[in-house]
Amino acid sequence: METIAQMFTLPLLLISFRYATPLILAALGGVFNERSGVINIALEGMMLFGAFAAVYGSGVTGNPWIGVLYSIGAGLAFALILAIVCVTFKADQIVVATGINIFASGLTIYFLQVLYGVAGTSPRAPRLPSIRILGMRYNPITLIAVALVPIVWFILFKTPWGLRIRSIGEHPSAADTLGINVNRYRFICVLISGALAGLAGAHLSIGEFSAFVREMSQGRGFIALAAMIFGKWHPVGAFGAALLFGYAEAISIRVDFAFIPSELIRAIPYVLTIIVLAGFIGKAIPPKAIGKPYFKGED
Amino acid sequence: MAEENNYLLEMRGITKIFPGVKANDNIDLLVKKGEIHALVGENGAGKTTLMKILYGLYDSDQGEIYFAGNKIRMTDPQQAINLGIGMVHQHFKLIDTLTVTENIILGSEPRQGVAINYREARRQVEEISNKYNLKVDPDAKIQDISVGMQQRVEIIKILYRGADLLIFDEPTAVLTPQEIDELFEIFNSLQEQGKTIIFITHKLREVKAISDRITVLRDGKSVDSVNTEEVTEKDVAELMVGREVLFRVDKGEAKPGESVFQVENLQVKDNRGIMTVNGISFEISKGEIFGIAGVEGNGQTELVEALTGLRQIAGGRVYYKGEDITELSAREIKDRHIGHIPEDRLRRGLVTQFSLSENFILGFHHQEPYSKNIFMNYKAIDQHAQSLIQDFDVRTSSHQILASKLSGGNQQKLIIAREFRQDPELLIAAQPTRGVDVGSIEFIHSQLIKKRDEGTAILLVSAELSEVMSLSDRLGVIYEGEIVKTFAADEADEREIGRLMTGSGKEVKTGE
Amino acid sequence: MSELQTTKTDAGGRLINILIELGFALFSIVIALLVGIAFILLAGESPLDAYHALYIGSIGSWREFLNTLWRATPLIFTGFALALPFKAGLFNIGGEGQLLVGGFAAGFVGFYFTGIPGGLHVALAIIAAIAAGALWGLIPGILKAYKGAHEVITTIMLNYIAIQLTIRYGIERYRIGGRQALPTIQDSAKLLRFNDLAELPVVGSLPFIEAFALPGLRLHFNFILALLAALFLWYLLWKTTTGYELRAVGFNASAAEYGGISSKKTIILSMVIAGALAGLAGAGEALGTHHTFMSGMDAGLGFTGIAVALLGRNHPFGIVAAGILFGALSQGGLEMQFVGIPSEIVTIIQALVIFFVAGLQMLKWFLLKQREKGEAE
Repeated sequence: METIAQMFTLPLLLISFRYATPLILAALGGVFNERSGVINIALEGMMLFGAFAAVYGSGVTGNPWIGVLYSIGAGLAFALILAIVCVTFKADQIVVATGINIFASGLTIYFLQVLYGVAGTSPRAPRLPSIRILGMRYNPITLIAVALVPIVWFILFKTPWGLRIRSIGEHPSAADTLGINVNRYRFICVLISGALAGLAGAHLSIGEFSAFVREMSQGRGFIALAAMIFGKWHPVGAFGAALLFGYAEAISIRVDFAFIPSELIRAIPYVLTIIVLAGFIGKAIPPKAIGKPYFKGED
Repeated sequence: MAEENNYLLEMRGITKIFPGVKANDNIDLLVKKGEIHALVGENGAGKTTLMKILYGLYDSDQGEIYFAGNKIRMTDPQQAINLGIGMVHQHFKLIDTLTVTENIILGSEPRQGVAINYREARRQVEEISNKYNLKVDPDAKIQDISVGMQQRVEIIKILYRGADLLIFDEPTAVLTPQEIDELFEIFNSLQEQGKTIIFITHKLREVKAISDRITVLRDGKSVDSVNTEEVTEKDVAELMVGREVLFRVDKGEAKPGESVFQVENLQVKDNRGIMTVNGISFEISKGEIFGIAGVEGNGQTELVEALTGLRQIAGGRVYYKGEDITELSAREIKDRHIGHIPEDRLRRGLVTQFSLSENFILGFHHQEPYSKNIFMNYKAIDQHAQSLIQDFDVRTSSHQILASKLSGGNQQKLIIAREFRQDPELLIAAQPTRGVDVGSIEFIHSQLIKKRDEGTAILLVSAELSEVMSLSDRLGVIYEGEIVKTFAADEADEREIGRLMTGSGKEVKTGE
Repeated sequence: MSELQTTKTDAGGRLINILIELGFALFSIVIALLVGIAFILLAGESPLDAYHALYIGSIGSWREFLNTLWRATPLIFTGFALALPFKAGLFNIGGEGQLLVGGFAAGFVGFYFTGIPGGLHVALAIIAAIAAGALWGLIPGILKAYKGAHEVITTIMLNYIAIQLTIRYGIERYRIGGRQALPTIQDSAKLLRFNDLAELPVVGSLPFIEAFALPGLRLHFNFILALLAALFLWYLLWKTTTGYELRAVGFNASAAEYGGISSKKTIILSMVIAGALAGLAGAGEALGTHHTFMSGMDAGLGFTGIAVALLGRNHPFGIVAAGILFGALSQGGLEMQFVGIPSEIVTIIQALVIFFVAGLQMLKWFLLKQREKGEAE
């Protein structure tokens, strides 16, 4: 059928990289913090705030690259909240992350009003340049995202820090008895995930677009988590899963399904996520010590 | 302070207080260089706490530590490692999903630029392995190797970091007798190389077999330090407990009635899908205790879970009073007056955030008089709790406090009280005195005998061989998911049982 | 969200617990309001004006107070929707989606069917909402119970699916004209509003009823349902075997299994009831507030419900109180908007409340440990 043919064109596959970019970045960030044993469902809020910060930074300086720096900073700031309240003070990770998501939502709309006097969409800001590869336009963040995949893989599996991170998520007290500072590594991993999520936000606002629209992250932070799980907490797996989800989004936007209304097609990524989580596609075993704050001296 | 000439370690006046308990009370421990020193005491005597202080995991509230003549303050494990102190914990600190080599080098990884130099790592592991005769497979994942090899990995881990003083916390708890012999050979080998060893245990036979000197702890205090050759096991036991210790439980002859419980060719899988119970058959009559002896990890856990409805049965059948109960759920089994004392009281037996009252009805909460339809009757529940507290001597101020506040022994008594009061005709007791103080142990044993005399059929599963042997009327030895031999109480020979527990009674699989 | 208790569960101990909880909750709110000052200043406004407006708009008059209760109603329900599964050890972040499908169902039944007598129509619409919400809770419940699918993400996904289904597709399909909403519901489906009480046969002749006949009063019957739901939940949790089993599973699923309790059934039941309650919130909004199902009516009610549950310490009565507080914030926020202060500050304050409550939890834990240590010496 024509629809099927439409689904497998090269342009569609290539464009999936663009849609997948925020997912790749946030999922890589998620790999870091979950491998170290911390759940971070605030990737969504960090992404949203990063998107706003990118527009702000780009608009204020006229330089989108500065906007990128702002977005990373924004992600780091929110990650700092999560890290301090949950890793240092050992509060519940899911609750605080939910708070961060609410905070991001409110804060960005607040700033829209206070800084720009608008309700829904910010004024335009300089966007990042696009680069042509294989006949498709990509913004630099997409390239950064793809380049990060092997880098993260290397860090996680070939360096001492990666070994320690992996050990902390499985058996923190074992690492502790070898003199590894569990909470310090977790703190840093949370910050890394925030930076990456913020960068993902920049892709949305000044990479693919040139303004901030309220709630523009649209659940991608959560889909990134699903990609991470689907990818079995492995950077390459997460990358593949993120591409798959990006592909699903591409289909939902660009392919015409005569017999199904487009609004329902838009729901595909979310449905796919649920299917993945229910284990209908392979079993997903998270790091053993995940979600539990680490107190020194415990077994 | 003047240093004794050949003491490697001196711990003087160590005191450590936790919420609600004084774990270490002015303890002195002196260990000579190059000796194998046993630190003994009952469960809860304070041995592990003392060693954790030495290793930097805890901070002592009072006291001083001297190592190689220098006064030190242990702040964290890294410092202990740097000084040459290494600890092999009772529950191994190994990461299952990583390899042997990765576990050993973690935290002190040999580098090549920013990457780990795995080749160098393997080389060093092999070097240590050969020097001390510690056979391991460097590339295997921890989750795939045997317990004995895991322990050797732990030892290499601390030798890799240059340990001169090695502390072992209950090293033999998870080993078969044969593996224990191998471990003691390793101890000798280490001693020959000039290492000093402290090992914590409550098993007196081992203490006599391998140590040079013994320090006894009791109730958080150091009681005495003696040379091993100058004392007997009985002497040490008395020091540990503080009074004459009876090694045998006082019990009369059993008067078994008809057979009420038959297990036929039972097969059960564990969480990984492996058939850990591989064709077990036995039967129990009214008024008799049938014990199953064996080293933990041979299928006992899965067996008990299967019989109590907590795990699916893969093959075989179970009959109780003529009824086939193989497919029944945990609730249905409980409704048939089959009692279960679980091996892990904190995980299975209690909800620690519930009050004692609510715990006393766990499993029976849907029955009258505790509830009618779905409405709970708290008056009846509280009365029930108060009555049990009194009858079973559960030490507590009120039936309304949270179960987390009880000591281990009293928690166990709560569970026993709960199960006993339901008048079980069949009772399945798994590790009923694990982690329980001596006074409570005696109470629990006498209660079990009492139930037996009242006609209850009892299945006793325990890793404590002495417990199984003293309580059981008949007993079987479990090894790798099978009952290799059954004995009547008077036929049971401890030595033979020990051999059977390690598989000498059948074809032994070639080892690691 | 660990709940801490003193060692005793008797009346005296419980009272102390409640007072401690209350103290910490109030403390968190105060700090959040204080930090909120910074944001108000940043917006170039006066905190005094802002908080004064907040006060006037929420409890400054009888009518505003009643309107605060109106605002609180859906929050109380979504608070329940988080709290009940939490007692069983689950995080239901799906209140938003459950509310939407419930509201849609109610709004649909409300406009689609004509010629049904008043009371029956309302009842049917409400039942539809409860069923839809229950279904939206059933799905993640079953996935968690049988497949171990993490409910945090599945419920969030279902939120987004609900938005696509009800707002993007549902409204698009059935709307009339340009308004982003379903057609207005029939009069027979409208939920009783308090300012219409004076016109009822028996109740209308009661002496104090006139006090409710205020123009601009939006409080409707769903508030009463919320209070009834609170009683229902309290009774369920602490006076029934179902509640006993639920709490057991939440505290220790292995021990519960040992006690013959089916984790699966408990998980599913708690999610179904939670979904039903959130659906009921949606019904109230559709049948009582807007008289239609419209885009934007969810207004983050599901997520605010999380803050409400947290502040209310997951206790039905605490949630009612916390719901009223957040309702006050929301209602007062309108007044703030009138005097030119961005009402988003309210959202920010809500997030701050979450942070501080979560952070102070640990402070409480430390204090408790210190006290225990003191007892030991």
